[in-house]
Parts: sequence; C-alpha cells; structure tokens
Amino acid sequence: MLSHAEWGIVVLSLQVSAVAILIALPLAFAIAWLLARTRFPGRILLDALVHLPLVLPPVVTGWLLLLAFGANGPAGRFMAEAFGVTFMFRWTGAALAAAIMALPLMVRAMRLSIEAVDRRLEGAARTLGAGPWRTFFAITLPLTLPGILAALVLGFARSIGEFGATITFVSNIPGETQTLPLAIYAALQVPGGETDVARLATISVLLSLAALVASEWLARRGGKGGHVL
Amino acid sequence: MSFDVDLKIDRGEMPIALSFTAPAGLTALFGPSGAGKTSVLDCVSGLLRPARGRIVVAETVLFDSAAGIDLPPERRACGYVFQDGRLFPHRSVRDNLLFGWRLAPPERRWMALDEAVAFLGIGHLLARMPRTLSGGEAQRVAIGRALLSGPRFLLMDEPLSSLDAARREEIMAVIERVRDELRLPILYVSHDRAEVERLAGTVVPVGN
Repeated sequence: MLSHAEWGIVVLSLQVSAVAILIALPLAFAIAWLLARTRFPGRILLDALVHLPLVLPPVVTGWLLLLAFGANGPAGRFMAEAFGVTFMFRWTGAALAAAIMALPLMVRAMRLSIEAVDRRLEGAARTLGAGPWRTFFAITLPLTLPGILAALVLGFARSIGEFGATITFVSNIPGETQTLPLAIYAALQVPGGETDVARLATISVLLSLAALVASEWLARRGGKGGHVL
Repeated sequence: MSFDVDLKIDRGEMPIALSFTAPAGLTALFGPSGAGKTSVLDCVSGLLRPARGRIVVAETVLFDSAAGIDLPPERRACGYVFQDGRLFPHRSVRDNLLFGWRLAPPERRWMALDEAVAFLGIGHLLARMPRTLSGGEAQRVAIGRALLSGPRFLLMDEPLSSLDAARREEIMAVIERVRDELRLPILYVSHDRAEVERLAGTVVPVGN
C-alpha cells in the first residue's frame, strides 16, 4: 500500500506529534491550573503569552523559535549544554514547534474542565479524610479527564497539521523534519507530483479520522458516555 | 459539653458572631435563610476559616485563633451531610460510601459497610451511579458516607430541604435513629420550626 518513503513520513509525523503533546501535556495542565484556580500578579500576561502562538502568523512563531532555540539562541545553548539536545534542523525541533503551537489549544480545553469541577465536591472529600493531594487525585483529576482527553485530541490534530512554524524553524528535510504537511508541500513543488500529493493527503485524512475515533472510544471507556469534543 | 463554639466570621456586609455551648444529642442552629447557618457548619468542619474564635467538639480543640490552632478538615473527623448530598458523580454508590471508610484509621471505623447499608436500607443501590438516585436515596447514601468515615460528630445542613413530604418523614426517622442509637453529637441546621421541635434537644437561634 504505502511506499517505504511514505511509511517513513507517517512514522516521523506520529513521532513528532506524540513527543510534542507529551511535552505539552504536563506544562499545559500546570498553566491551565494556574489560570483557573489562582490569582497572582502577571496572570493576564501569562494568559496572553500562552495564547500568542494561536494568533501570531506561524512563520513568526517559527522565527522566534529560531532566535531562542537556534544554535546561538540562549535557550538553544542551554539545552545543548545541559541535556545535549539540539533543535536546529532536527526532528526534535519539529516536535518543539508542534508543542508550542498545540499549547494554547490544550490549555484552553483543560482550563475549561478544571473550572467546571464543582469545588464543593473537593470540600466534601476533605471532610471525609482526604488531604489536598489525595483530593486532587481522587476527585479533581478524574473529573477533569474529559478535558484532558479533549486537549490530547486537539493537541494531536494541531501537531500533525503543523506547517508554518516547523518549516521556518527546522526547514523541510526528508527523513528528519519532513512531516506529512511538509511532504505534501514538497510534492506540490515537483512537476507531475499530483499523485504523491493525493496519496499523502489521503493518509493525512485517515490519520486525523483515526485520532477522532480513538478519542471517542477512550471517552466511552471512561464510563461517562460523554463526548471529547 | 459536646459543642463549645465561639466564633466571628467576616462576610462582607453581614459578619456573623455566634457563641454557644451544647450538651450531647442533636443541637439545631435555627434561623432564617441567609443568616449564615451554613457558614457556621463550614467553620466547624474546617472548610471555612473564621476571622477569630474557638471551636471545641467533644473535648477536642478544632480551632483556636488565640492559640494558633486550625486543624485541616481531614483531621477533624466530622461527618458532614450537605444540603445537596454532594456525592462524587464519577464513583458508584459503594465507592462513595467507602471513600471516607478507606481513609479512616482502622481504630476509628466504628461502623462497617454492611451495618450502614442495613441501617439505611440502601443495599439495592450499591452498584448505581449517583446521578440515577432520587433525592431521598441520595440523601440516605450521603448520610451513610458520613457515618462510614468514622466521625466523632455529625454536621447536617438542611438534609430534608430538597425532599418531598414522604421522603422527609423517612429521612427524619433515620436521623432520629442516628441520634438515639449511635449517640453521636449532631449539629443540625434548619429553618423549619416543626423539624427543629421534633429533632433537637438544644436550639441555638441564629440571626434576628
């Protein structure tokens, strides 16, 4: 069915997206929690900063990533020295770009579900002998689960479709940073590449559909009979 | 004395100041809606911090602003029955009932699940989810959940207010049995005079 090169593109896309949402998930939950539950100076600034990738042209986000995480960028130098991780022209950079682009959507989904938790239920758990941490894991977290699942689906969809920030930040290198959208773009530049484009676009549609079906299945297995989106 | 309470609560334009002592049995905080009765229960449970005061229940100091004592709710061993039940929607009736029981130290568990289930007549509900329960069923489960957490005293916030007449009678009988057979000190909030006259040994007026 799929050629060797196409398999490589699919695997790379899945790898980039999976790493992106796994990086973004704990960070997005922490930010969502801060925005939903706490009041501190600079809260509005944090809110705006997190949402920036949603409203900026992706090419600008990519350029900012280049400044910060490039070979001479402060964050890039720190990551290279502290963890030996580099991002320039690497798939790790594609994952970072996808994570940054997915972050606002994930924060929004989780923030809504954290705000929707009836805090009086947490009070009830406290009177029944549960400390703050147990209350969090036994009551708050399970009740926010639909929001976390929604965040994963939205984040995955955003990551697998990421184009502008990725191509600006890590370029379009087959086998390293060329995810599905970038491969489709590259095929479009080649005379007579229409068949390749159609095949890759079909794969893209099927992947997105599979993600939606999987999330619905997870939500049902969660026992609430609810919908993720 | 079962309850020895002296507290001030800052509540914007309507601060509450209340002081009372009460012997064993059921003590009713009686007064109109909005007088702050629930706030008093929240202070005794530890969910709300009074501006200042002292709360002693059954010889244990739960809160004393002068001495800097403020036990967190999970260490006060109170069984709080809320007006709206507040059952955990993602857990079955059985898991709701056992939530506090599992957390209580074994020596404080003076009631077993079987006993509570028989006492309240809720055996047929164990596998159900809270959203499928009627008001009266949910309130019985809420009482069971509070009893099973091994409380040293009970707080009840208008547990009858959301029920129709037949269910009220049924839950009222349950509360009388808790009071007489289990001999737990109970702090009970109500704005209904008939209810208070029937249930309470001590009446503390709140507001007006």
